[in-house]
Amino acid sequence: MIKLLLSGDTPRSTVLAVILGVILVCLALAPFLFPGVRTVDTAARICVFIVLVASYDLLLGYGGIVSFAHTMFFGIGAYGVALASTHMGRGFDAVFVGALAGTGVAAALALLIGLFSLRVRAIFFAMITLAVASAVAVLVSQLSGLTGGEDGLTFQTPRALGPAFKFGDELFGVKLNGKLLAYYFVFFGALILFLLLLRIVNSPFGRVLQAIRENDFRAEAIGYRVVYYRVAATCLSAGAAALAGALYAVWLRYVGPDTTLSMELMIDILLMVVIGGMGTMYGAVIGATLFVVAQNYLQNLMGAASGLVTDVPILPELLSADRWLLWLGVLFILSVYFFPTGVVGRLRQGRQA
Amino acid sequence: MSAAPEHAPRMAQLSLGDRLGPWMPLLLVPALVVLGFLAIPSTSSWLTLTVSGLAMGMMIFIMASGLTLVFGLMDVINFGHGAFVSVGAFVGISILLMMGHMVEAPSLVLNLTAVLVAVIGAMAATGLMGWAFEKVIVKPVYGHHLKQILVTMGGLIVVEQLIIVLWGPEEIYFTRPETLQGAITFAGAALEKYRLVAVVVGLAVFAAMRFVLRRTKIGLIVRAGVQNGEMVQALGYRLRLVFIGVFIAGSALAGLGGVMWGLYQEVVSAHMGNQAMILIFIVVIIGGLGSVEGCFIGALLVGLMQNYVAFLEPKVALISNIGLMVAILMWRPMGMIPVVKAK
Repeated sequence: MIKLLLSGDTPRSTVLAVILGVILVCLALAPFLFPGVRTVDTAARICVFIVLVASYDLLLGYGGIVSFAHTMFFGIGAYGVALASTHMGRGFDAVFVGALAGTGVAAALALLIGLFSLRVRAIFFAMITLAVASAVAVLVSQLSGLTGGEDGLTFQTPRALGPAFKFGDELFGVKLNGKLLAYYFVFFGALILFLLLLRIVNSPFGRVLQAIRENDFRAEAIGYRVVYYRVAATCLSAGAAALAGALYAVWLRYVGPDTTLSMELMIDILLMVVIGGMGTMYGAVIGATLFVVAQNYLQNLMGAASGLVTDVPILPELLSADRWLLWLGVLFILSVYFFPTGVVGRLRQGRQA
Repeated sequence: MSAAPEHAPRMAQLSLGDRLGPWMPLLLVPALVVLGFLAIPSTSSWLTLTVSGLAMGMMIFIMASGLTLVFGLMDVINFGHGAFVSVGAFVGISILLMMGHMVEAPSLVLNLTAVLVAVIGAMAATGLMGWAFEKVIVKPVYGHHLKQILVTMGGLIVVEQLIIVLWGPEEIYFTRPETLQGAITFAGAALEKYRLVAVVVGLAVFAAMRFVLRRTKIGLIVRAGVQNGEMVQALGYRLRLVFIGVFIAGSALAGLGGVMWGLYQEVVSAHMGNQAMILIFIVVIIGGLGSVEGCFIGALLVGLMQNYVAFLEPKVALISNIGLMVAILMWRPMGMIPVVKAK
């Protein structure tokens, strides 16, 4: 049963299986284990980012294609839900219409960009996506009539997902209200999407993608149309990213250029994939969890460390909480050199040795 | 035994289209200028926009030329190129701020000396940084595009953060040297002095680059290396050394572009390299990877396009460049002047 759910791609390492199990249990019971607005918010962010990072991994780790437009697709999904909820009124129909429309637009855009750049050289794709994504980010912040510009859009989600909706008294000291339902909406949405992605990469299609990543010339010679497979992977990953964006919009009840479209977010995704492990879907789980937790709590730690060394020149500057991206950048470079398969690859290797 | 097939060779000229083909990209810039003339109602604003478009194009060219050569020569794609632009701008501007009395003096000689010192300082700093970048970040991942993109992107993040550590997170505003401020009037159009200087510097850099590439031995080796690196190595040249030299020169040029860009906008921020990077990529792609001439034409097209469209329809200015790139890639999928054969 479990094997079927995981599409036959088990963690293949006891330590990894235990870590993944702990993460799953923590996320599944987050509102009960860690009651508190901030921790539940962190848990929901982790769920959304797991899907987002996993969909990026489909492209980067399995397809060997670097894209810098993944936040654009994420943002399209989020804005889809926001716009539908604003114009159709609150309700589940608006959420679904918005999510579907966003996914469609994202996949169509991915098809266009893919056909344009992937038929020539795969590296064009990286540069063109960077240019297109920045253009879209500018466009969204300028079309303030439609998108709310820099301020973004605040909108209402279905009543059943709001904190005002109550469906019972307390359970283990946790109020049974719409916020709890919203969390589980995000959690199960993320779980289903993740399992779907796992299914995709373990299908014959995923196997061909890996073959192309390893040697595209040879894959073409065997008879697979490399361009078709690459474009299909781009579209699938764009669609999944848009759905992750829709989940994020439902959770935040707000979309804005900074939270969904910014280049910083793109860099975060890159870091999560590489640190977790490229080409292993479970790397997305580890990477996203580590990163989001670190983002929320490591900054406090670094602030404390910087307070300890105030007398030394430059050092406090280097250790200040705002500079954590510097250390992540260093970690990123080192992990590309020394652990290209990330945490997950390390754990799996350890078992074989 | 059958007779040999009839064979009647004829002396035929290439068709007009085939002969014009290689020159087509050269015609694009004048064509765009004429198009702008027709679209923009007033001649004086057209002249102003053309000059500022050319100035912007020249600056983008200076920044992008190193990237395209580095790619052509060693198949290395450097996403961290923007970091050199930022560092060049910050070093150059810091030097200018230190020489405040020379910058504020109303003497052209003193001003130009200050700018020259700043440029040399910036180029030295970015050249040195390019050398380190090549050694530490790029060298271990030769021949691996995916890792190159990731690692150089990581390098960009680290350098950007280090700039914030050293210079602080705030943007630095400053004013241009006294004699480079203001504009001169020509045929009723106000032409900013600094933009004219930028055009002249850009042309000089382009001419110098063409001279080195076409007329000197090292240029010959570089061009041959772009076309077929293995053969050049087989002939006994150490292409690696040439490559490091080109990398350093390209980084120094990016630094020069950074100083000029900073002086143009009169503000520098740690993210400016990142923003410049987007234009640089568009230029390099439409020019054809590895081609200096293509890069030059592409940069002018992008600069002119951006200025014309920003005047006519401000909201679509950035999109216009994407449109330009799409149009050119539909016409020539490898860029205007493809040099690097698909490796």
